[in-house]
Amino acid sequence: MQLTRRQMLTLTAGVAGMAVIGLPFDLALAAVEDTEKAIMDFTGGKKPETGKITLTAPEIAENGNTVPVSISVDSAMSGDDMVDSVIIFAEGNPNPQVATFRFSELSGSAEATTRMRLAKTQNVIAVAKMKDGSVFIDKKQVKVTIGGCGG
Amino acid sequence: MINRREFLMATVALSAIAGPDFRGGWSKASAQQMLSEDDLLSMDGVGTVTLIHITDIHAQVKPLYFREPSINLGVGEVKGLPPHVTGADFLKLYNIEPGSPQAYALTSEDFVSLAKSYGRMGGLDRVATIVKRIRADRGEDNVLLLDGGDTWQGSYTANQTAGADMVELMNALSPDAMTGHWEFTYGAERVKELVDGLPFSFLGGNIYDAEWNEPAFEAWKMFEKGGVKVAVIGQAFPYTPIANPRWMFPDWSFGIREEDVIKNVADARAAGADVVVLLSHNGFDVDRKMASRVEGIDVILTGHTHDALPEPVIVNQTLVIASGSNGKFVSRVDLDVRGGKVQGYGHRLIPVFSDVIAPDAEMTALIDKVRAPYEAELARELGRTDSLLYRRGNFNGTFDDLFCDALLSEREADISLSPGFRWGASLLPGQAITVEDLHSACAMTYPAAYRSMMTGTTIKDILEDVADNLFNTDPYYQQGGDMVRLGGMGYTIDINQPIGSRISGMTLLKSGEAIEAGRDYAVAGWASVNEATEGPPIWDVVEAHLAKNPVVTVNENHSVKVIA
Repeated sequence: MQLTRRQMLTLTAGVAGMAVIGLPFDLALAAVEDTEKAIMDFTGGKKPETGKITLTAPEIAENGNTVPVSISVDSAMSGDDMVDSVIIFAEGNPNPQVATFRFSELSGSAEATTRMRLAKTQNVIAVAKMKDGSVFIDKKQVKVTIGGCGG
Repeated sequence: MINRREFLMATVALSAIAGPDFRGGWSKASAQQMLSEDDLLSMDGVGTVTLIHITDIHAQVKPLYFREPSINLGVGEVKGLPPHVTGADFLKLYNIEPGSPQAYALTSEDFVSLAKSYGRMGGLDRVATIVKRIRADRGEDNVLLLDGGDTWQGSYTANQTAGADMVELMNALSPDAMTGHWEFTYGAERVKELVDGLPFSFLGGNIYDAEWNEPAFEAWKMFEKGGVKVAVIGQAFPYTPIANPRWMFPDWSFGIREEDVIKNVADARAAGADVVVLLSHNGFDVDRKMASRVEGIDVILTGHTHDALPEPVIVNQTLVIASGSNGKFVSRVDLDVRGGKVQGYGHRLIPVFSDVIAPDAEMTALIDKVRAPYEAELARELGRTDSLLYRRGNFNGTFDDLFCDALLSEREADISLSPGFRWGASLLPGQAITVEDLHSACAMTYPAAYRSMMTGTTIKDILEDVADNLFNTDPYYQQGGDMVRLGGMGYTIDINQPIGSRISGMTLLKSGEAIEAGRDYAVAGWASVNEATEGPPIWDVVEAHLAKNPVVTVNENHSVKVIA
């Protein structure tokens, strides 16, 4: 049977080993310290370096309810050069941890895309943990605006 | 303030491109204080390939007056750099004699008296003459005509025909490609219909299918011109779904998508491109930043922010070309390409003086044809102005003051809001205000003039939000346009503060009292991006106001205090 892209995505969404948490309210005080702590929990206390991981997100969200975010890690995905997992945070959300992606050699490449809800302007942060224990970070501010007076 | 000598030295030092300089053409004309078509159009060619750029016509096909801004502030790294230089500073920077034709075309200095001397600018039949002349001089097969978008919207007839009049007229010019912004406000179905019928490519590498996150438009196209492979990458206005109603094209997502520009440049080079051109509706500061970050773009033909610059701004090795708006200018860029590289260039920003450049008869006939069904309505007089009416300026424009006054009185509001659009003709003191003139400042597909109650906090949030679109120090977070205009309310803005801290001193003008955060105010405005906004179209509101106040006098607006 020929699978269309749409069917394919429906299937993979069903079996994906990731958890996406969207929070529909704007309390958002937890913010920066919670995110810092959660990053340290993820890395085992190691300070992540920039490089290797690229986070792609819009500068300004078209719709704060569903903001597309992609991560990509520069890795051979074999032998010692393996990505273990990538975690995404939304610094201004009440519970900043948004998604965790786990990878294996069968992943082929360490890339993933998801969508998240952002109630207000904030930093989105992605941290990659490699099999050898090294950790990398990328961050981008995503602005959420009222919109409507340009032109 | 950087002076012209420093500025030129800086750009020369940054540039590895040694191109001949064409400022002489204008200086000569200026010295003579007389212009001929030949003065404006003759130019010694450089190399074998020529790009013609026109952008942000906003459906203005007849000659018009268009006053450039007297205030256009830049922040952060671009403070005081073109295009954030106006008036006398602009004349000094580019060594333009006050009172000369180019001073009239490029600045607001002494606008009214110069307008009387030098006449109207633009007209698509004059543009046709320029395009034909360049094609004849350079050879048809050596020229690319590129339209930067905001072409199909902005006039009564464009609105009546949902863009069809502009498509017909532009097709007669035979462009090679275009990109877009306001085009999308005709709605997805209409855009698809019009784009499918174009005999050239509508390019937009940053337009995606919103659901499947896949490219929705052709990103770039290769042309062979003058024995050279020229790749043109299209970049639509990145914030179309934010600055304009997303509900009109819900399946399309935009964005700057710098990573896609990088990829498309690489793909074009891999396919053998000798020259890479970005046909962009990013806005000037966004394009300047993009030129500094993305390798391998030879020329950025920039649009959206309506800037007209008589010389390229050179960033690394990229020429950034700003060609104005409303049909007032056409840019010609000659490229000398050898060994797969741009070795030199020639550039001329051609001001379209409508009394100097002869109209092309075929285009005149076509313009008359598309306007014929509407001529009587277009010419209908609604009033007269004793003041200069214009749009451009960061914080207010007299045409917007008229709109704000009309909203206050006709909608019985405490405060009125009018969007900071940069399009729309200017009217000289003594001119009649016709239906055509009014619609040149408001023709659009979401014109409802709403009236709603807003708290002081909400009004401040709106002002802060719009101010950050204009004055964010990172150009990638800027949306272009100007500050929303206010009627009935004054405020102070410190443009160098972050969002949330720029706006203070909000005052209700009729009472002189401070705006209270928790109090409700009746606010009237138009062009809301929200679906199902209710109210009469803005042109009906202004027409009703003019019926009661047929002679417009706009006093100087001191209600916004600016800390720059």
